[in-house]
Amino acid sequence: MIVEIGSFSLALALALSLAQALLAGVARIRRSVVLAGAGQGAAIGAFAGLVVAFAALMYAFVTSDFSVSNVAANSHTAKPLLYRVAGTWGSHEGSMLLWCLALTGCGAAVAAVGRDLPAGLKTLTISVQGLLGVVFLAYTVFASNPFVRLAQPPIEGRSLNPLLQDPALAFHPPMLYLGYVGMSVVFSFAVAALIEGRVDAAWARWVRPWTLAAWSALTVGITLGAFWAYYELGWGGWWFWDPVENASFMPWLIATALLHSAIVTEKRGAMSGWTVFLALAAFTFSMLGAFLVRSGVLTSVHAFAVDPTRGVLLLAILGVTAGAGFALFAWRAPALKRGGVFAPVSRESALVLNNILLAAATATVLLGTLYPLMREAATGEAISVGPPFFNLTFTPLMAALAILLPAGPLLAWKRADAQGVMQRLWVAALIAAACGLAAFALISPRKAFASVGVAMGAWLVIGALVEIGERTRAFRTSAAESWRRLIGLPRGAWGMTLAHLGLGVFVLGACFETGWKLEAAEALPVGGRLNLGEYHLVLDEVRGLEGPNYDAERGQLRAFKGDKQICAPTPERRLYPTGGQTTSEVAICTLGVNHLYVVLGERRPTTGAPVWLVRAYWNPWALLIFIGPGIMALGGVVSLSDRRLRLAAGRKAEAAA
Amino acid sequence: MRRVLAILGAVLCLAAASDPADRLPDPAQEARARELFREVRCMVCQNESIDDSNAELAGDLRRLVRDEIKAGKTDEQVRAHLTGRYGEFVLLKPAFSWGNAVLWGAPFVVVILGLLLLFQSFRNRPADEELTPEEAKRLDGLSRD
Repeated sequence: MIVEIGSFSLALALALSLAQALLAGVARIRRSVVLAGAGQGAAIGAFAGLVVAFAALMYAFVTSDFSVSNVAANSHTAKPLLYRVAGTWGSHEGSMLLWCLALTGCGAAVAAVGRDLPAGLKTLTISVQGLLGVVFLAYTVFASNPFVRLAQPPIEGRSLNPLLQDPALAFHPPMLYLGYVGMSVVFSFAVAALIEGRVDAAWARWVRPWTLAAWSALTVGITLGAFWAYYELGWGGWWFWDPVENASFMPWLIATALLHSAIVTEKRGAMSGWTVFLALAAFTFSMLGAFLVRSGVLTSVHAFAVDPTRGVLLLAILGVTAGAGFALFAWRAPALKRGGVFAPVSRESALVLNNILLAAATATVLLGTLYPLMREAATGEAISVGPPFFNLTFTPLMAALAILLPAGPLLAWKRADAQGVMQRLWVAALIAAACGLAAFALISPRKAFASVGVAMGAWLVIGALVEIGERTRAFRTSAAESWRRLIGLPRGAWGMTLAHLGLGVFVLGACFETGWKLEAAEALPVGGRLNLGEYHLVLDEVRGLEGPNYDAERGQLRAFKGDKQICAPTPERRLYPTGGQTTSEVAICTLGVNHLYVVLGERRPTTGAPVWLVRAYWNPWALLIFIGPGIMALGGVVSLSDRRLRLAAGRKAEAAA
Repeated sequence: MRRVLAILGAVLCLAAASDPADRLPDPAQEARARELFREVRCMVCQNESIDDSNAELAGDLRRLVRDEIKAGKTDEQVRAHLTGRYGEFVLLKPAFSWGNAVLWGAPFVVVILGLLLLFQSFRNRPADEELTPEEAKRLDGLSRD
C-alpha cells in the first residue's frame, strides 16, 4: 500500500511540475499575481509529492519489501539498517528519484524563500524550474520507475555489495546530487534573466548563494568519494582521473569559475554575458555527468547502473535542455548591457584570468574524458587518456592559478596598484620559496617537483593570511584596532579566505603525499617484519573472526619508529559469503597529518608456516588532502551565512535604479 | 550493477604490482618498471594501469615489461614493443601526434583565446572612460552593502 502511495505521489509530482511550469509561465505573460501564486503553490506541492514518494521508497527498503523490483535487485535482509536506508539512492532508479527530490526541493525553495526577488524574474525562474522538473520526472516515471512491483516476489534480495556498505559512500551521492541539482536553480535563473533581458548586479547577487550552496555540497561530495576510494579500494590512491570522477569534477570547476565571475557581475556589472554562460554551463555539466555515469559510453572503475537505452534518453534530455538554454543565450546575450570598464591591472583582470584558467582546465578534463570516444568514432583507432595526460596539462594550469591567486584579493577594483600589491606579498613569496627550498634540501629523496608544490601550497596559505592581515591592518595599527577589525570582518570575507586557505592546505597535502609516499610489501609469517623507510611493522598474529554478514581474517600488527611503538594497526580481509566477494579493511594510523596505511592481503600457500602478503604505505601529509577541501566547503558555508546575501538586495537595487 | 560488483571485486584483490615474488633484483630496474607500469593500461580492466590491476593480463604485461627491462631495453623500446603489439590503446599517455593535436592543444588554445579576448577588451575600451554622475551614483548604490 505504502509503495502505491509513493507511486501515486510521484505521478502527482509530475502533474504538479507541469502545472508549475504552465501557471508560472502564463502568470509572467499576463503579469497575474494570482497565477504566479498558484505556480508557487504547485512548486511546493511537487516537492511535497516527492518527499512522500522518497519516504515510501525508503520504507520499502527499510522493511525489505522484495515485491518491489528495485528493492529486490538492490537490497538484502542481511544489510545493516544504515545501508538499507542508503540503498534508497544506491540504484539507478533510486538515484533519479533523489535527483528529482532535490530538483523540486530547489523549486520549492525559490518559491518559499525568494521573497526579495523581482516578481517577474521569480515567476519565470519557477516556471523554468518546473520545466526541468517535468523533463526529469517524466523520465523517472516512464523510463526508470522505482516503484514497479514484481508478480512473484523473491524471498531474499539480490544485492549486498560490501564495498558500498560504507558511511562515506552512503552520504557521498546525496551531497553530490545536492551539488549537481543545486546548479539547476542557477540554470533556471539564467534562463529567466535571458528572457527578461536583464542581467545586472542584483541578479548576480541572487545567483551567488545558490551557486555557493551547490558548490559547497559538491566539494563535500567529491571529497567523500575520494576519501572512500582512498581507504576502501586499498591501494592508497585518492584520485584516478577516472571518467566518473571527471564527470563530477567538471561541474565543480565550472561552479568555481561562476562563483568568481558572479562577483565581477555583482560588484562591477561587467562580464554579465559570461556569467550567464557559466550559469548555463554548470547545470549542463551536471547533466553530462549524470549521463556519462549511467549510459555506459565510458569505461570506468565505478560505472554505475549502466543501461544504454536509458543513456539515449538521458542524452536526449541533456541535448534538449542545454540546447534550449544555449540557443536562448545566443539569441539574447548580445542584447545584454555591457558593464564597467577596468584597467589591465585590477581585481577584474585577476578574476578574468581565474576564469580563463578554470575554463581551460574544464576543457582539458572534458577532452581528456571524451577524446577517446571522439577519436574512435572518427578514425576507429582506440586510444587511452590516463593520469599522465592530466598531470602534463591540468597540473600546469592549476599551478598558474595558484601563483596568481594570492594577488587577486589584494588588487583594487577597476585599477590597482601592482607595486603596492607586490610590496605586500614579497615577504609571503620569500617564506614560500624558503619552504620549498627547505623541503628540497631536507627531505630525502630529493624531489624538485614536489618541493615546488610545497612552495606553492605555502604561498597559497600565507597569501590567504596576508589578505586577512591587510583587512585588519595587522602590525600597522594597534592590536585592539586590528582585533576590532577582525571581529567586524564580513562572513563573506572569511568565506573567501577559508576557501583559498583550504586550497593551499590541499595543495600541500597532495604534493607532499604524491612526492614522498613510501610503499613496501612482503609476504610475512607471524612474527615477520616489514621495513618502510624509517618505520617498521611486525605481524603479531592473524585471527579469524565473524562479522554480522561476513567472515574475516584480522591481522594484528605493531608499527615502530626506531624502537618506539607508534601504533597497532589491525587490517582485515573480509569474505562476504552471500556475494562471494572479498574486501579489505585498510588500517590507517593517523600520526599528526601523516597516514600509515596497512593492508592485509591473501594468505600465500607455502610448505612451512603460513605467510600473508602485507602491504604498507607511508603517506606523509595525506590527511591534508581531505582536510583542505573540507576547509574550502566550510568557507562556502560561512560565506553563505553572510547576512548581506540575505538582505533585501532586490529592493535596494530597484530603489537605486 | 552486477557488472560493477564483478569489477570492484577484481579491483580489490590486492597483490598487484608490488608483489614481492615478481620483483626484479636490481632496485633501479624495479623502479623503472614501476614507472612504466603506471603508463600502461590493463586492457581488460575498466580504467586501470597495470600497476594497480590484479587481472591476469595485467600480470602478464608486468612480466613482459620486467623481462624487457631485465634484457636491457630502454623505456622507449618497451613502449614501442607494447604499442606494436596492442596498439596505442595500451598507453595511458596518448602520443604527441597530429592525430592527438586537438587533445594536447586544447588547453593552450583556450588560454590563448581567453587572453586575446581580454586584451581586445582593453584595446577597445580605454579604462579612463569617466562615469556620468548618475552612473556613479547608481554604481555606488549597487556596490554599497
